[in-house]
Amino acid sequence: MPAIEVSNLQRAFSDEVLAVAGIDLYVDEGEIYAFLGPNGAGKTTTVRMLTTLLRPTGGSATVAGHDVVADPAAVRAEIGVALQEAALDPLMTGRELIRMQATLHGIGRDEGRRRADDLLRRVGLTEAGDRRVGTYSGGMKRRLDLASSLVHEPRVLFLDEPTTGLDPVSRKSIWEEVEALNREGTTVFLTTQYLEEADQLADRVGIIANGRIVAEGTPDELKNEVGKPRMELILAEGDQGACMEVLGRFGAPLPPKDGKLMIEVAEGVAAIAPVVRALDEAGILVESLDVVEPTLDDVFVDKTGQHLEGAETGEPGTGETEVVAG
Amino acid sequence: MRTLAVVTELGRRSVRQTFRRPQLIAPLLIIPTLLLAVQSAGAGRAVDLPGFPPVESFFDFLLAGAMIQSALLAGNSGGIALAIDIEMGFTDRLLAAPIPRFAIVAGRLAGTAAMGAVTAVWFLAIGLAFGVRIEEGVLGALLMIVLVTLAALAFGTLGAALALRSGSASVVQGTFPLVFVILFLSTAFFPADLLLEPAQTIARINPLSFIAEAVRDPVISVFSGRELLEGFAGIVLVGAIGLTLCSMALRRRLRMG
Repeated sequence: MPAIEVSNLQRAFSDEVLAVAGIDLYVDEGEIYAFLGPNGAGKTTTVRMLTTLLRPTGGSATVAGHDVVADPAAVRAEIGVALQEAALDPLMTGRELIRMQATLHGIGRDEGRRRADDLLRRVGLTEAGDRRVGTYSGGMKRRLDLASSLVHEPRVLFLDEPTTGLDPVSRKSIWEEVEALNREGTTVFLTTQYLEEADQLADRVGIIANGRIVAEGTPDELKNEVGKPRMELILAEGDQGACMEVLGRFGAPLPPKDGKLMIEVAEGVAAIAPVVRALDEAGILVESLDVVEPTLDDVFVDKTGQHLEGAETGEPGTGETEVVAG
Repeated sequence: MRTLAVVTELGRRSVRQTFRRPQLIAPLLIIPTLLLAVQSAGAGRAVDLPGFPPVESFFDFLLAGAMIQSALLAGNSGGIALAIDIEMGFTDRLLAAPIPRFAIVAGRLAGTAAMGAVTAVWFLAIGLAFGVRIEEGVLGALLMIVLVTLAALAFGTLGAALALRSGSASVVQGTFPLVFVILFLSTAFFPADLLLEPAQTIARINPLSFIAEAVRDPVISVFSGRELLEGFAGIVLVGAIGLTLCSMALRRRLRMG
């Protein structure tokens, strides 16, 4: 049984605003599926529909085998949700929040207390557990949010931009926790605007733009779709024509860009040594040489004609990811 | 049983939130206490006016008004707190849980009612400390606590409806002055017979007047079944209007997402 199955899902906010314009999805049990796209692409609207917070205006969706419209209560019992802006009450303590969440899921007092202790330990917040959430750092809040979404051991976990705005250390700690949960069998559906996050965490990635899925597959499949690794070379001295003649022996030439000569190299970094030897023998001096693997940004550009600017690095505090003309 | 546990837990959180946020607790206790002190000290001779009901002191008369004012403010504060929850996304956390939707509002109202009880005890303590003698004794005091608790619950439905409809704490907070307008157009602080028109007519039909009279009754006179019934009727009327508005606002919010 699929963990999530979506068919032609739509959400219109008015006659003119179609936030989600008919998407199809299939997420297997035990998978990590990343929804990658810029702000306003429809990621959060999709998550809100799948978590029963927003009623679709078209299409259908089942989560953990239950229809999100016909049987929303059953869906809610099976899912854990950590929303974009960690929706935490700054006046509660971390422990109070998890125990409240346990009560919401029908877990008794004693068991709720035990699970709160376990989960706080799991996310490294045991000592901060009795402090008010308002005193937590951004990373601590995200970890608490994650912990509270796990209190009832959900089958499917929805994480809406779980690391946006976090520093690299906090981000890595969330990634490790998500990977650990997935190893334990939890299906994870996450949205992100960070290419690196989707690349590292996801078994499969769906790229969404303007409310539609424009590409879907494993990160490697998607990258292979847009081409092979390419070698980029800047000459220090010598004739470009002669250089391209040498390079042409190792792969198909690509149009030069920003003063760089480029060829496709199917074998990736393994091509560096023979190319360097051949250039040396031809007396061509090189200033720099690099092999660049295709990224999910290349996929994004290929599918939408736009870059996910700022997403490659996932730098914290850069604010919103912007789409720029490519 | 499980829904009751959820409502209790959310009610407990609501009370904790009120005590931990000074801007929520202060108006409930401080403003009505100050008003009680200022009015009773400054206009104490009002009881000598012809037509004023027989009371020991103006303070005795005003005590019920202060309690009702506090209950109204508890309803307003509960609405502000619910709107803050909506603004910061906390309500989404509750909506994503497998609980009945009405439990979210019921939990908040339970907290508001509890704050009503707290304020009733506070003003009873103040009253007793300043020599108020409750004619109906302990039973009368308990009745006052029950009435103020239920009144806070009823007023809370109005605050919750506004919060659900607007989703904005500042909008709910903006109705704060209305509390005073409604109060001064009732018999909470002055007998209807001594009000000028049109305030007198408004006060005679204002449900708040009936509630205030029912709370005042055990302090100033022997038990009156009629005033008690009218007080409860006033509470039921306010609560019914508030719950209807709440239900409409909640349905709209769920539909809009």
